[in-house]
Amino acid sequence: MKYLDEYRDSELARSLVARIRHESTKPWVMMEVCGGQTHTIVRQGIGEALSGSVEMIHGPGCPVCVTPLEQIDRALHLASRPDVIFTSFGDMLRVPGSECDLQQIRARGGEVRVVYSPLDALELARNNPEREVVFFAVGFETTAPANAMAVWRAKELGIDNFSVLVSHVTVPPAMVAILESPDNRVQAFLAAGHVCTVMGWTEYLPLAEKYRVPIVVTGFEPLDILEGILMAVRQLEGGRHEVENQYVRSVTREGNLPAQNLISRVFHLVDRPWRGIGTIPRSGLGLREPFLAHDAERKFALGGITAAEPSDCRAGDVLRGRIKPNECEAFGTACIPERPLGAPMVSSEGACAAYYNFKRFPGPDPRAADVAAARAP
Amino acid sequence: MSGERLAVGPACPIPVQDVERVQLGHGSGGKLSRQLLRDRFLPRFSNPALDLLGDGALLPATGSSRLAMSTDTFVVRPLEFPGGNIGTLAVHGTLNDVAMMGARPMALSAGFILEEGLPLDLLDRILDAMADAARQAGVDLVAGDTKVVERGKADGLYINTTGLGLITDSFTPSPQSARAGDVVLVSGPIGCHGVTILATRGDIAFEVETESDTACLHPLVERLRASCGEDVHVLRDPTRGGVASALNEIAEASGIGVELDGIERAVPAPVRGACEMLGLDPLYVANEGILVAFVAASAVDQALAALKGHPLGREARVIGRAVDQHPGMVVARTGLGGTRIVDLLPGAQLPRIC
Repeated sequence: MKYLDEYRDSELARSLVARIRHESTKPWVMMEVCGGQTHTIVRQGIGEALSGSVEMIHGPGCPVCVTPLEQIDRALHLASRPDVIFTSFGDMLRVPGSECDLQQIRARGGEVRVVYSPLDALELARNNPEREVVFFAVGFETTAPANAMAVWRAKELGIDNFSVLVSHVTVPPAMVAILESPDNRVQAFLAAGHVCTVMGWTEYLPLAEKYRVPIVVTGFEPLDILEGILMAVRQLEGGRHEVENQYVRSVTREGNLPAQNLISRVFHLVDRPWRGIGTIPRSGLGLREPFLAHDAERKFALGGITAAEPSDCRAGDVLRGRIKPNECEAFGTACIPERPLGAPMVSSEGACAAYYNFKRFPGPDPRAADVAAARAP
Repeated sequence: MSGERLAVGPACPIPVQDVERVQLGHGSGGKLSRQLLRDRFLPRFSNPALDLLGDGALLPATGSSRLAMSTDTFVVRPLEFPGGNIGTLAVHGTLNDVAMMGARPMALSAGFILEEGLPLDLLDRILDAMADAARQAGVDLVAGDTKVVERGKADGLYINTTGLGLITDSFTPSPQSARAGDVVLVSGPIGCHGVTILATRGDIAFEVETESDTACLHPLVERLRASCGEDVHVLRDPTRGGVASALNEIAEASGIGVELDGIERAVPAPVRGACEMLGLDPLYVANEGILVAFVAASAVDQALAALKGHPLGREARVIGRAVDQHPGMVVARTGLGGTRIVDLLPGAQLPRIC
């Protein structure tokens, strides 16, 4: 298929793997930030192909995974209300809250609908003036522009029965949190290509400088990721720490200025808790004052709903790159995609689900599986 | 419009014609019911067994041969879509299940649950499609039933069909019969039906150039029977849950592993494009007009030639093989030479965020 097959050519991929192996004089540790990249890395077996040369740590860039438990519980509360049509991206439906998930709420009679765009949710509000329509606004800078647009339009058109439950987060503060953590092992980052399509890459310049860490803006197809890794390896081997852009077909230095403008007119930076990680200062987006009428938390007075995370889920350690998913004791036993303990087992972008879906082969011990997969011809 | 005008009852002087929509009275067992049957069902499906209008159908007894029976219920939304409608599916789906057992389909029953308010011209189109599909398959609809439920209690209409088929020889492929060494074939492109349905639902704003592949697969089975006979070990139509789920079920039932290689080539570009956009995996998307076959390695060439000799099988191809290793598990080779697990889905396939 045009614009996809070109980036999945297996011969080119194998030659990139050989070059990375050839140019690495010692094992390097790098983190891909985005869950979409994790998906490709695990699905394509890139980790095994590079083992010994580059270790990939899977970063916190899955929006489903980092949405805090209490925000999920608030969503469940709203979705149970008979006056509410609760709308969400599909992934969020299976994320476990403290007691159940949105799918179970739907089965009990709550009206929960999957939408592909917040503007579809706005349309739903316009067509159902007697109901309250709430959209679950999660995600990074990638989904923020469309969500900002929905709120902007709601205000402009006076659609008062539309509100958003905001759980937006931004990438750079999470990278700082990882770099400043005392047991950090990450030596280079593959930055998230789609986030940078919106935001550009200049905000990473001070990070690369301050923490002396190479940052390569990288796409999502196998060849993108291998090329991004090669660029990072070359920086590490050469003792450089720059921001480079592998994903030039989508990302420019300045990014999408109208989208950034819209984000900053509707949202402002707030402290935001990340599931499994804790609160990171100024790491999230909240609605600005003129749009508070569309803030579901305020409209439905949800502030009282709080939650504590299950203790046997080590999602936080996974999201911070401290352990691989299969090193968690609950992995594949107490925690499986049918009964996830934590969010990374839910979304196909989540590191735990990606490991479970693609890397259990052939035996029950996933670490044995890694070895077997690496030996496969 | 007619719902208010027509009060149906013994004293009602207004004639009970000219209705445009299904009414509760169509399920009353009275005149409207009979009219529905006489005007809409019988002319389309007329055959000696049905025309007797008995409580059931009498079919000729069949000596030493065996009967295969399968039932399926159809609740698809939307009712009509490019390539077919719920009626086409209701005939093909059940007859295909019978055919996958190695049986020659011989008779069909259909139960209809109609929702009050269903436009009768839509019902006509659906019945036309069913009659066409049954005729093409050479199968009579010999028994049927209609019920009407109140508005809001059903999505337009639901159809249940039961199919009977005859097995007269030892050709009995079954999900338990795959053996290590078998080659896995698919008779056509993957994912067309599911993607078409998604695109037609209208709550997702995108268009794809696909049609449902809904088709009667019995001719393909006949060709496989004639060319390979008992070398065909398993036949399966990968409907709900797609090819991945069908293969997992076979791997588990037969106690073998399945290794896929190059299955991506069986996914047509529009399906791949739509799935990329929606964050879905085409291997889990429903099909209604392809079959998966496990065939002895020695018979692969004949099987491929047999499938390719029929328009439905023109794009038949090998997608993998059955192996001794990892019994019950399906894996696929990646471009880098590694493998990934192709598991059963934990629930419905949910689109990814970004």
